[in-house]
Amino acid sequence: MKPAPFAYRRPTTLEEALAVLAESPDAKVLAGGQSLVPLLSMRLAAPALLVDINRLPDLDHVTATADGVRVGALARHADVLASAEARACQPLVALALGNVAHATIRNRGTTVGSLVHADAAAEMPVVLRLLGGSVDVASASGRRTIAADDLFLGPLESSLRPDEIALEAFFPALAPGAGVGFEEVARRHGDYAMCGVAGLVRVAGGRVVEARAGYLSVSDVPTVVDLTDSLADGVTDASLAAAGEAALADLDPQEDIHAAADYRAMLVRHLTGRVLRAAHAHATDERGEPDHA
Amino acid sequence: MPEELHDVSLRVNGITREVQVPGRRLLSDALRHDLALTGTHVGCEHGVCGACTVLVDGRPVRSCLMLAVSADGTEVTTVEGLGEPDGGLGPVQQAFSECHGLQCGFCTPGFLTTITAGLRENPCPTHDEARDMIAGNLCRCTGYQNIVRAVERASELIAEGDVVGEGERA
Ligand SMILES: Cc1cc2nc3c(=O)[nH]c(=O)nc-3n(C[C@H](O)[C@H](O)[C@H](O)COP(=O)(O)OP(=O)(O)OC[C@H]3O[C@@H](n4cnc5c(N)ncnc54)[C@H](O)[C@@H]3O)c2cc1C
Ligand code: FES
Ligand code: FES
Repeated sequence: MKPAPFAYRRPTTLEEALAVLAESPDAKVLAGGQSLVPLLSMRLAAPALLVDINRLPDLDHVTATADGVRVGALARHADVLASAEARACQPLVALALGNVAHATIRNRGTTVGSLVHADAAAEMPVVLRLLGGSVDVASASGRRTIAADDLFLGPLESSLRPDEIALEAFFPALAPGAGVGFEEVARRHGDYAMCGVAGLVRVAGGRVVEARAGYLSVSDVPTVVDLTDSLADGVTDASLAAAGEAALADLDPQEDIHAAADYRAMLVRHLTGRVLRAAHAHATDERGEPDHA
Repeated sequence: MPEELHDVSLRVNGITREVQVPGRRLLSDALRHDLALTGTHVGCEHGVCGACTVLVDGRPVRSCLMLAVSADGTEVTTVEGLGEPDGGLGPVQQAFSECHGLQCGFCTPGFLTTITAGLRENPCPTHDEARDMIAGNLCRCTGYQNIVRAVERASELIAEGDVVGEGERA
């Protein structure tokens, strides 16, 4: 369990990092290493060159404005989780981050790295997608913003090109009248979940005008389902159960070593109802802090 | 082609150490092989078990998931650095001894480092917080009960230490 040999560079300016990536087709970016180093050690990845971005300046910010939360590429999960401004601006970010791995992993792993890694079992990709966020990336040939809907192509596959560095993620703020919820079931707190659900409910004039849920560990990519129709006539046990069924009709839970397909389906049903109920309560409850999972 | 070596300078348990390592050298291996600090144990080598946990700039980190070259310029604390200056046991070690918090001891270095940092952040954890503090570390022997007890005992020992300190000053 040792990585294969690779060349190592630790640039101190973004220009230098992008130039190195531009001329090295078999290079990989190293951020927190909490996903990449295991892949190297198991030799599931054997790049010729690692470009360590940990000494690049001005990338460790977590800032909240009226628009939303901006997270720099070197902000660790722990820094994002600790930001009271981020929590107030978009509570779903912290709600989900509390379920990302263990505190020790969160001290090193970056939230942006988790988005680029594009694991369908990870919490933050589905949160970014549910909220309609985006990631800003740069290469030697310029910058672009990738919308969350265009970021996740397949299992562990994002739409970043190998010569690009993700600089910042943007999580939109909680809209007026909106509430959020998050729940997952894992064998042990901090492990990857067998199923997780992030929910967003928006209420206007006493009615649910938007209800959507995002699913992790259920499909190949983080998947968001629109469930507004199920809750349009009110939030009751029956309409929440109907939302769970509607979600399942759109998803196709798969079996793997962690859980059987029908167990996952049951988790989808139950968690959908619970999360939408919590998100609705959050939306209607004068913005009380939702319960932490 | 020989592998390129990198000069790495880091402070380990308060002492500046210089090593030359290839890029792929894990921090856990640099500590154990290059610096002969074999107190840091390696179990799974992919981040799951927590045996290799050390403090990097005060925060618990998996040393098997960090390249030694990335640790250049950092302050690292391993289990060897947790004792008292006079060679006695530190408060977390003392608590493990009193509460039988270990059997084979393989997992212990990772627990000791994790709990040391955890109690610095939260000196008086509730029972649930004590459990949560060690949730990322695996132990195959103890069944965890005595480790949770050791967290609570260490919290008492640290608080008593403070009381003595106050008394001495008065
Ligand atoms: C035991 C364990 C349990 C875990 N449990 C969970 C969990 O429950 N949920 C969860 O979501 N995650 C979990 N993780 C993964 C963790 O969240 C990682 O921190 C995260 O997935 C990757 O972030 P990183 O900074 O460590 O990225 P790295 O490991 O450094 O990189 C991961 C990938 O992203 C690329 N990359 C990273 N940053 C950039 C960038 N800025 N620009 C371009 N490419 C980039 C790298 O090239 C690599 O391909 C766990 C990890 C471990 C070891
Ligand atoms: S050896 Fe590092 S976590 Fe298991
Ligand atoms: S004491 Fe043996 S693994 Fe914990």
